[in-house]
Amino acid sequence: MKRILGLLIILALLGGAAFWFLTAPQRADPDLFAGVSGDAERGETIFWAGGCASCHAAPGAKGDDRLVLAGGYRIVSPFGTFVTPNISPSGEGMAGWSVEDLGNALLHGTSPDGRHYYPSFPYGTYQHIEPQDIADLKAFLDTLPPSDTADAPHEVGFPFTIRRGVGLWKRVNMTSDWVLQEATTPELERGRYLVEALGHCAECHTPRDMTGGLDRSQWMAGAPNPSGKGRIPAITPDKLDWSATDIAYYLETGLTPDYDSAGGQMVSVIANMGHLTKEDRTAIAAYLKALPQDG
Amino acid sequence: MKFTLPVIGGLLVAGVLATTATSQDEIDPALATAIEARKAHMRLNAFNLGLLGAMAKGEIEYDAEAAAAAAQNLDALSRMDESRYWQPGTDMETLGKDHTEALEAIWAENSEIGDRAETLTETTAAMTEAAGDGLESLQQAMGPLAKACGGCHEDFRVADDN
Repeated sequence: MKRILGLLIILALLGGAAFWFLTAPQRADPDLFAGVSGDAERGETIFWAGGCASCHAAPGAKGDDRLVLAGGYRIVSPFGTFVTPNISPSGEGMAGWSVEDLGNALLHGTSPDGRHYYPSFPYGTYQHIEPQDIADLKAFLDTLPPSDTADAPHEVGFPFTIRRGVGLWKRVNMTSDWVLQEATTPELERGRYLVEALGHCAECHTPRDMTGGLDRSQWMAGAPNPSGKGRIPAITPDKLDWSATDIAYYLETGLTPDYDSAGGQMVSVIANMGHLTKEDRTAIAAYLKALPQDG
Repeated sequence: MKFTLPVIGGLLVAGVLATTATSQDEIDPALATAIEARKAHMRLNAFNLGLLGAMAKGEIEYDAEAAAAAAQNLDALSRMDESRYWQPGTDMETLGKDHTEALEAIWAENSEIGDRAETLTETTAAMTEAAGDGLESLQQAMGPLAKACGGCHEDFRVADDN
């Protein structure tokens, strides 16, 4: 009996150690950013392509107010409601962050104090961002107006309050592979980067599995609205019968091929996409047209 | 009691039909006509905007005269008195989404709908100047015009993902 108890204790300790080891927050290799200096102008493109303002600007902000990254947008999910933080260059936001800190957040979902961010922050997408682009983005974020809005707490219940558990989520759901493995032209490669590394279109357009991770076998095949009652449409080439020109023009103006205007969360996406070059919007359209049929 | 089952089945079917009938219930024909008219107005907007958009995208060849005519139509549409289309009580919250997607915020006190309508007229006026003045000038005027359409839909029409 004693021996069995002893064995159980050892197993529990081993299990605990394995959990601790498997769920440890990861950090980026600091060498990634050695000698990289940021260019704010280039960073502005990363900012709009990455859609930062859609979640980090105050809810309802329009025009130049979308550059005040006060946070407070509520992301409702089956796991609880996540409230986006202030990421403006202020004491309540990201003042004092280094490029490495931003790199750890974007590439690994790890905060400067070494905790997991919840995956409502789409680092599963951002993990593909190039170090130079992270440095550029940081340089741009530093130019934005500060906001002193304090962060509101997330509204999540047990067991999701155990942040360490997010480490397991990352192990199951984060993969550095591209979904579109063959990007045969520079335009497709750019489109893939804009969609799979920055734009995080899949976060809404791809259905999720039980863990809340993206079902990559159903890439862009449409999904229930993660924060509402409706459905987010499929945008694979077999389901979205718009021409590449239609898609690019929609991303520029919000006008559909029927000359209706975009609704729902796409309004905010288009406010971002309007800041990109025509070539970039065309590259996104080319990427979507190159996706496999049926997701 | 052989017929009990058919009777119950029949009652169930009747019940379902009755509920369906109530959920899409008839509304006051005058209100229905007003809603139909404003939808027709939106169709005319889209029809005229469609010509300008097709030119802007390069789907059809730029034609200054046709573009100018479409722009003038849009401008005329934006200046029409629409008060009889937008009767109080013709909102989605009151009538349901089957009838209209227009939100009751349109009629709320301090509603910005009037300012938005003015913004639309400013952009259609700019388009009448731009449309006949070369393709590039048409393309540039499309942005603000599309934004005026979308801005109003964003706040006053039910979101399509909700």
